[in-house]
Amino acid sequence: MWLRVWALFLRYIYLHKRSVVRTMEIFFWPVMNLLLWGFVTKYLGRLAGPGAVTYLLGGVVLWDLLYRSQHAVSLSITEEFWERNIVNLFATPVRPVEIVLAACGVGFVRALVMTVSSAFIVYAAFGFNILSMGPSLGWFYLSLLIFGWAVGLFTMGLIFLFGRAAEGLIWGIPFLIQPLTAVFYPVDVLPAWLQPVALCLPSTYVFEGMRAALAHGTAPLDLLVKAAVGNAVFLALGGAFFAWTLERVRVRGALARQAME
Amino acid sequence: MGKHSVPGDLGRCMDTEQVIGVKGLTKRFGVVTAVDGLDLDVRRGEVFGLLGQNGAGKTTTIQLLLGLTVPDAGDVTMLGLSLATRRREILARVNFSSAYVAMPSNLTVLENLTVFALLYGVRRPRGRIMELLELLEIPDTAHRVCGGLSSGQLTRANLCKALINDPELLFLDEPTASLDPAIAAKVRQTLKQIRQDRGVTLVYTSHNMREVEEMCDRVVFLRQGRPAAAGTPAQVRERAGRASLEEVFIDLAAQGRRA
Repeated sequence: MWLRVWALFLRYIYLHKRSVVRTMEIFFWPVMNLLLWGFVTKYLGRLAGPGAVTYLLGGVVLWDLLYRSQHAVSLSITEEFWERNIVNLFATPVRPVEIVLAACGVGFVRALVMTVSSAFIVYAAFGFNILSMGPSLGWFYLSLLIFGWAVGLFTMGLIFLFGRAAEGLIWGIPFLIQPLTAVFYPVDVLPAWLQPVALCLPSTYVFEGMRAALAHGTAPLDLLVKAAVGNAVFLALGGAFFAWTLERVRVRGALARQAME
Repeated sequence: MGKHSVPGDLGRCMDTEQVIGVKGLTKRFGVVTAVDGLDLDVRRGEVFGLLGQNGAGKTTTIQLLLGLTVPDAGDVTMLGLSLATRRREILARVNFSSAYVAMPSNLTVLENLTVFALLYGVRRPRGRIMELLELLEIPDTAHRVCGGLSSGQLTRANLCKALINDPELLFLDEPTASLDPAIAAKVRQTLKQIRQDRGVTLVYTSHNMREVEEMCDRVVFLRQGRPAAAGTPAQVRERAGRASLEEVFIDLAAQGRRA
């Protein structure tokens, strides 16, 4: 099993080795995003005080982590459709769980590279030290990575169900979550009727925890536990949805048809 | 014999072990029945032609046999195993090549074949890959990206992928489509050599009837998902009273339009 997972992971190493554009893309969007938000927050800091800068920059770095994790997982299977390789892949003895593990591995590496490079940039350009989040930072990283995987699995399932027409969801779905999940503001800023929706998302507890960690040095344990429980639920649901859509596509005979689009 | 069976008599002498056994295979897409109660019996070491017009059910049949699509009815055994319950074991011993699928264009031949070798559990892929590239006469393409290869080179690279796990059964969906006659002849010669040396069973689809007559031991013509004619190429020609399989194909197509 691990040989097949490695084979699929290797495919992405080869891809990035070969494409300067793809490798640069790991850094380009996060860096541009950081620079934009960094300058915005500097300005806001002048208006609202230094705390605003740290909260917003922390939000930008951690949001990008979630986004990159989801993006890498969703894109991995979409690449196979673009390359007309999906039928080749499913005609091998590979299991769906092996495809998922390799995709999550790619997501982990991309998110790690992005987070480390972003940490250097925000420190050098804006004096914000991401380590000021304290020991909770590792927990935030893991939580957002896993939630990104879960959203990525859900997106992969939609791509299997609806084919290439659903590709826009890779970029769009995270932005359905972003306004709700307390990235740049606390949950109580949202209208009362939206707050329960926000509290269903594990990432909401991470971003609330981030602000608490920046203010007090550590995040309350209950927030981290709620994030962990939420991630377990979403990961299970994402995995189940992906497995279900794969079976539906096989029953409908849609896999090969979509591969020809 | 079942509802729509292919006769088991062979034009050549070979091992009679069954490699593919299909009974009552059916697949519907909405109101269209792509494969309709098909029975098949493919023997070890033979080259079995799966023929028919576009939309006759050839590709759907191959997809069903590879487990890419789930049948609505019927049983499939391959290499003595049930496809419904032991699909992964079967896929480890089978492979396929199609003119309509591709390996990632932005990876080199060597990189692509390494990925597939590992997916099939080939432990030391490099040696196997170089052996196959030599056999298909494209060793100099190893470090070239697949997107930069000619049609002939790409077809042979795909054949390397199809042979990477030393399969016992190989599905070839139009393996010489879009190749010039010289390269196509080379590919056919290589397939014959592989079959002779390794005893591989080939399921072959093609619209080139002269190629089919050259390569296939037995053929079945599908029409609307059912066999319309079957047997050795000579038997099919004789029964139809035609001099070539191409004329038989044209007759069957015309009958299909009139039906």
